Amino acid sequence: MRPILMKGHERPLTFLKYNRDGDLLFSCAKDHNPTVWFADNGERLGTYRGHNGAVWCCDVSRDSARLITGSADQTAKLWNVQSGQQLFTFNFDSPARAVDFSVGDKLAVITTDPFMDVTSAIHVKRIAGDPEDQIGESALILKGPQGRINRAVWGPLNRTIISAGEDAVIRIWDSETGKLLKENDPEVGHKKTITSLAKSVDGSHFLTGSLDKSAKLWDTRTLTLIKTYVTERPVNAVAMSPLCDHVVLGGGQDASTVTTTDHRSGKFEAKFYDKILQEEIGGVKGHFGPINALAFNPDGKSFSSGGEDGYVRLHHFDSDYFHIKI
Amino acid sequence: MADIMTYNDIEATAARIGIDLSQLDLDSIRLPAGEDFGIISDDEDIYNVDNSELDAGFSNIIVVDNLPVVPLEKFEKLENVIRKIYSQIGVIKDDGFWMPLDPETNKTLGYCFLEFNTPQEAELAKERTHGYKLDRSHIFVVNMFNDFDRFMCVPDQWAPPESKPYTPGENLQQWLTDEKARDQLVIRYGADTEVLWNDARHLKPEPFYKRTFWTESFVQWSPLGTYLATVHRQGAAVWGGASTFNRLMRYAHSQVRLIDFSPGEKYLVTYSSHEPSNPRDANRVVINIFDVRTGKVMRDFKGSPDDFATGGAGGVAGVSWPVFKWAGGKDDKYFARMGKNVISVYETETFSLVDKKSMKVENVMDFSWSPTDPILALFVPELGGGNQPARVSLVQIPAKEELRQKNLFSVSDCKMYWQSNGEYLAVKVDRYTKTKKSTYTGFELFRIKERDIPIEVLELENKNDKIIAFAWEPKGHRFAVIHCDNTNANNNPRPDISFYSMRSAHNTGRVSKLTTLKGKQANALYWSPTGHFIILAGLKGFNGQLEFYNVDELETMATAEHFMATDIEWDPTGRYVATAVTSVHEMENGFNIWTFNGKLLYRILKDHFFQFLWRPRPPSFLTPEKEEEIAKNLKKYSKKYEAEDQDVSIFLSEQDREKRRMLKEEWEKWVAQWKQKHEEEKEVRKNLRDGEASDEEEEYEAKAIEVEEVINQVEEVVAFEE
Repeated sequence: MRPILMKGHERPLTFLKYNRDGDLLFSCAKDHNPTVWFADNGERLGTYRGHNGAVWCCDVSRDSARLITGSADQTAKLWNVQSGQQLFTFNFDSPARAVDFSVGDKLAVITTDPFMDVTSAIHVKRIAGDPEDQIGESALILKGPQGRINRAVWGPLNRTIISAGEDAVIRIWDSETGKLLKENDPEVGHKKTITSLAKSVDGSHFLTGSLDKSAKLWDTRTLTLIKTYVTERPVNAVAMSPLCDHVVLGGGQDASTVTTTDHRSGKFEAKFYDKILQEEIGGVKGHFGPINALAFNPDGKSFSSGGEDGYVRLHHFDSDYFHIKI
Repeated sequence: MADIMTYNDIEATAARIGIDLSQLDLDSIRLPAGEDFGIISDDEDIYNVDNSELDAGFSNIIVVDNLPVVPLEKFEKLENVIRKIYSQIGVIKDDGFWMPLDPETNKTLGYCFLEFNTPQEAELAKERTHGYKLDRSHIFVVNMFNDFDRFMCVPDQWAPPESKPYTPGENLQQWLTDEKARDQLVIRYGADTEVLWNDARHLKPEPFYKRTFWTESFVQWSPLGTYLATVHRQGAAVWGGASTFNRLMRYAHSQVRLIDFSPGEKYLVTYSSHEPSNPRDANRVVINIFDVRTGKVMRDFKGSPDDFATGGAGGVAGVSWPVFKWAGGKDDKYFARMGKNVISVYETETFSLVDKKSMKVENVMDFSWSPTDPILALFVPELGGGNQPARVSLVQIPAKEELRQKNLFSVSDCKMYWQSNGEYLAVKVDRYTKTKKSTYTGFELFRIKERDIPIEVLELENKNDKIIAFAWEPKGHRFAVIHCDNTNANNNPRPDISFYSMRSAHNTGRVSKLTTLKGKQANALYWSPTGHFIILAGLKGFNGQLEFYNVDELETMATAEHFMATDIEWDPTGRYVATAVTSVHEMENGFNIWTFNGKLLYRILKDHFFQFLWRPRPPSFLTPEKEEEIAKNLKKYSKKYEAEDQDVSIFLSEQDREKRRMLKEEWEKWVAQWKQKHEEEKEVRKNLRDGEASDEEEEYEAKAIEVEEVINQVEEVVAFEE
């Protein structure tokens, strides 16, 4: 089916997130306004105004009531999804990047970038049921990895936190004590910056994408490498289909090195791979800049991609998609 | 010498200072590397010092024999002649010339002694002038003075030399006996160089040999594929062997930049250009010619780059490689280079100029050898403002006899293209129009193998057409030309391609056009090495468009694209063709292997991809009759291979299925494990969610719901006609 082009951002997209019901799509971009859309027809519902810098990441609570966003303005903000009202602001000494609600939405993990003399850090915040009681204090601060931490998510039962970033190492931390539990085997790990990380629906495994032109599938509990998907371009975004055994990799040549002669040279495609066989099964073209964000609708019947070109493209799959045999 | 001790001195000293030498383990004393504290290692050296100096004292003396025997009155004249010859090579010492006289006849004895400043000069003088022809009956015999002792020891009785036991070398052409008749290729990427088999049946390359930092700049196959040459700071090396790559020979040439094999791979030419230590000096160019098998330097050339810069009287800056062009054929008999107004042809028997002198050709611009015969084609541009026409001539070597000449008028440029069998020569001539404002192009076609070498003129139908590419069919009699209209060459991105044949059905002696393909996206031509097929390639601006064309049937077999492709190489058998993107582009680096008819077999991506080279094959030993017979009965011969192909493909699909099954099973195992864990954690998760039950949302169920909506209803009265 023809993709729906959603033009609401004026700057490159950074992140996309569906709510659990799959009816809302949240998009973050380098302009300062996270936006919510109807996931079905791409109509814009509204924006969340208040940030004063690029917004890198967001997460929405299970009941679709709360939104958390991390921004380069050195804050992470909690929003009322429905009203667009700012509920709380977490202030940091450096830009905030990744945000993720825990199971039960009582905790959130927020990463901050290295900035001036401040090193990168992973902060765990308690999220109060009532925004009136919300405090800015961190329950836990994890430090250690060199360089930016591009993504941090909760492990099973909120017992661990998984982080990945510029140093190309995936780490698993104890979310209670802050102890580093595991690092991935450097032999098989990524060779360059890990740009993205996506968990499976049940949280049992996750997919990482890296500038080393590959994506890797890992077991969440043991950090065992299960699969590797090799592509021709740096990977900026990854997503896993909740329905089929498919993974999608998005990326493309870095915008600063793209040739101006031919749009194809950048390979700004969302590439579909068979999750098990690790073979490429198809690609979705359309963006004219690298793909920075990918998200699957929880029903697995549509996905959206956000590009450096400022567009969100919402794709509903044709029925043949569900009968792909290789 | 005061600080050098003999053992006696040491004993005395030891006794004096109270050291018991028998208790001292002298072997345990270690001196710092490179430091001897002035102690000469061996006691005997001390006593031999004088002797060794004496040795050195004679090594700069040569004995020149076979001089004319002259009376005293001509002594001085002869001395001058000899001095003149040798002072070109080195500095003769004062009193360094001695020609003894026969006391009885007062005539010279026919030999003389020359003392040079250094042994190196003496060595060089011996090398250069041994065999020098003063005149017909006086050919110099030059020896080092030091060698005379050795010569005196030669026993009078001849004893047969001991024959060394023969140690068989490896079969350097083992790769040709591959059971599956595959070809090898070498690729260079990153710091690695790798030789692979092209296993087209398995749709992948099979590794053969890989080495990191094998070469410091590039690798090159010898023309018959026997050796792989690597280039290093210290020189070049060749590698080969039956089952792996061993270093067979090294060629010392520091800072070597370029190498070139003779077509029969007997000789290797190496080139280096040295930055001068003094910026005012010109660069120094050194060219060595090695014998590939023995590693001996056969001849070296040194000079400034200008000496080797080719092209016309004006002189083009820089050295165009190869400086030395080899005559065709496997014998490697002649090689030539162009200088200002001369062409120097050397023969490899003596590594000296043919007839001892270069061929004088005023203003010669370009020359090329026939690929098979010792025939040179040269191009001389117009002289004297058009008074003397430009000409192309064919010269037979070693006779230096002009076989054919063609004068050409108002020529701006000429390019020569030989057909691979040396049967035809095409000369592309760019001529000025009458106004001299623009040029147009024509071809002069020489039929070398026919009597008197007839020449034919071919002009394109559209006179304004510019030639983009020209290529002969290897071993064939056809050629292809890419041309496009000159007047809008820049804004007409789709040139035409024409095919011509030197033979036509009715008249074998005339060139005829076969066809013209209009508006193709191509700018380069790649004939299959066996002819018949050609790739019309659009590289660079066309981003790697490929058209596989059958010239026998005049039809396109396939069109394809290898995005951004920079290089195209046919394998030596013409079965497969490789297209590659090398590191001139940042992205897409790697290569694709296609069948001759344009089916993509496999792609390999390698970052920082530098080189792709098929290993050449030596020419077939089959007679043309036999080849024809095989071509005729191809069905019979190919049966065996078809069966093999099928076996392989069955095996492959079997293997593939097996692999998929394994992967699926492995995956199922993971999933089962996860499910179990997930189940175990269900309660805890429920608590985390404040008792909100249900994990089931996480397992999505897809429900198909059909909704019908009536958008609008319109009632219309349709006119009813009878």
